[in-house]
Amino acid sequence: MSLRATGLKPPPPHAPRRLATTADVVKLQRLMTHILVRPLTKHDGLQPAWIDGRPMAEVAAEFIKPNDRLSAFDRLQLYNRMYWFRLLDIMHDDNPGLRAVLGPRRFVRLVEAYLAKYPSRSFTLRNLASRLGQFIREEPRWTAPHTALARAVVRFEWAQTVAFDGAQRPVPAPGALARTPPARLRLALQPYVTLLDLDYPVDEFVIAVKRRDALRTEASNAVDSTRRAAPAKHVRRPRRRRIYVAVHRLDHQLFYKRLERPAFLILQALAAGRPLAAAVTAGGRRVRPDQVREWFATWMQLGWLCKR
Amino acid sequence: MPANAFNGQTEYGIGIGLRVPHYRHILERKPVVDWFEIISENFMVDGGRPLEVLDRILEQYQVVQHGVSMYFGSADKPDRAHLKKLKTLVRRTKTPWLSDHLCWGSVDGTYTHDLLPMPYTFASARRTAEKIRQIRDYLEVPICVENVSSYAEFHVSEMTEWEFLTEVVERADCGILLDVNNIYVSAQNHGFNPYDYLAGVPHHRVGQMHVAGHTRFEKYILDTHDHPVLDPVWKLYAHATKLCGVTATLLEWDDKIPSFDEVHHEALKANEFIAGAKAAKPARQP
Repeated sequence: MSLRATGLKPPPPHAPRRLATTADVVKLQRLMTHILVRPLTKHDGLQPAWIDGRPMAEVAAEFIKPNDRLSAFDRLQLYNRMYWFRLLDIMHDDNPGLRAVLGPRRFVRLVEAYLAKYPSRSFTLRNLASRLGQFIREEPRWTAPHTALARAVVRFEWAQTVAFDGAQRPVPAPGALARTPPARLRLALQPYVTLLDLDYPVDEFVIAVKRRDALRTEASNAVDSTRRAAPAKHVRRPRRRRIYVAVHRLDHQLFYKRLERPAFLILQALAAGRPLAAAVTAGGRRVRPDQVREWFATWMQLGWLCKR
Repeated sequence: MPANAFNGQTEYGIGIGLRVPHYRHILERKPVVDWFEIISENFMVDGGRPLEVLDRILEQYQVVQHGVSMYFGSADKPDRAHLKKLKTLVRRTKTPWLSDHLCWGSVDGTYTHDLLPMPYTFASARRTAEKIRQIRDYLEVPICVENVSSYAEFHVSEMTEWEFLTEVVERADCGILLDVNNIYVSAQNHGFNPYDYLAGVPHHRVGQMHVAGHTRFEKYILDTHDHPVLDPVWKLYAHATKLCGVTATLLEWDDKIPSFDEVHHEALKANEFIAGAKAAKPARQP
């Protein structure tokens, strides 16, 4: 585990024998955290050896009491399992597209490697996948030979998280828009809207995966059956094709909207803070004024543009 | 305990947890429910559907906030950004009290997202109580701390869990969210008598109770919240209400969630035990 990346400082060589000071408490909590976040063995168990080579049972016995049924090792193993099962469940639910790209086993290996390098730094599980795209860029071996597709899917799936609960800023009043010259008018994109230029049509792919998973769930009466049901019908990985898409919400529902390239460039320029007139020129010379008017009318209707 | 300083002087009755699978039922049918408990972290967001649903719930119902990530027992200082978001939510919900767990779960800013057991030492109690006071002063709302279910104990502990809970709440001068199911689960896992636990806590500080289902394995019990409440837990609840008085009570059901009506029906079973509590002597005063 890369300590620099996690922010978690190294564990003490031994558990403190008494907790007299805050430093003692920190030592104990650091040691236990390092143990709990270690990846599980193949058989979903606590790793038998500690990082210094000592048997894990010896390390556990230093600070955890056994009882008449469970050793100190067994008791820590319960927490180690709960940590991984909980986080894998969250990643499983939030990343159906990535799961479909990699298959279930490679998906789990990727998530374990990701969380070992980047354990959660946020109080909320909502942000658990926030650095997954960065991780795949840094360590493409976990997703090869589908790394480009995996990165596109991860960007798309994270954009859905943002669209679900991102902030909504006030939209400008039509009068205010009319009064400000286009050369000075600066608008912004709503924080919940994400613009994506992607090398694969992952919107169609993720929709197909979700539709398949929904059908599998409906086909069974068992609660939470999706992970244990019969093998899923394969959704074919998409072929490389450039798309421009906005992930957004409307009336609190998630939507994906394909964009033409000039429209994407104009929105990107607005989001970057360029004045309206300059942003429109970012769309290129071939864009007709009536096209621009139509796009803006749609974006205003969708509530995408807001005050800067 | 009837209305007291630790639950904002409110008498809320029997509530259930607000959970996503029930949103549609609640918003469309508007069932009669005394109150809903929300998981604060699910609504500490900047916008979107969570806040839209919450606002619609707040128009119709009383809501109490319950947190899972404050980690009163973590050595880390309270995170200012976290507290700021929480205070914004407290103002939105007007929660009469706010609860979170007597546990730790983060260190060096790394989160385990678990409710990890405390070492029961006097030094830990002092530090934890100080943190609770700081958080309460910032949030300006009464705080109840909840006992967690646990699967491990530390050699360094100097007292029982209920002595530790008492030490913390007396030092912090805060309330208790007494989770009766957690007492039962921990009693089974650690081999203590749950009735000793109930007898040992300051009853006048109990501002809320939790009941829930658990799952028994060969060598331990897990606090799974995916079953109806089991009989030994209801018995313990009955005894707790006799000791503490009629207390705002909430059923937790977080996994394999059945229909709203089934969850609500299970929660209302608490009424059977409240009559007994009303007939019992009033709660011990400090």
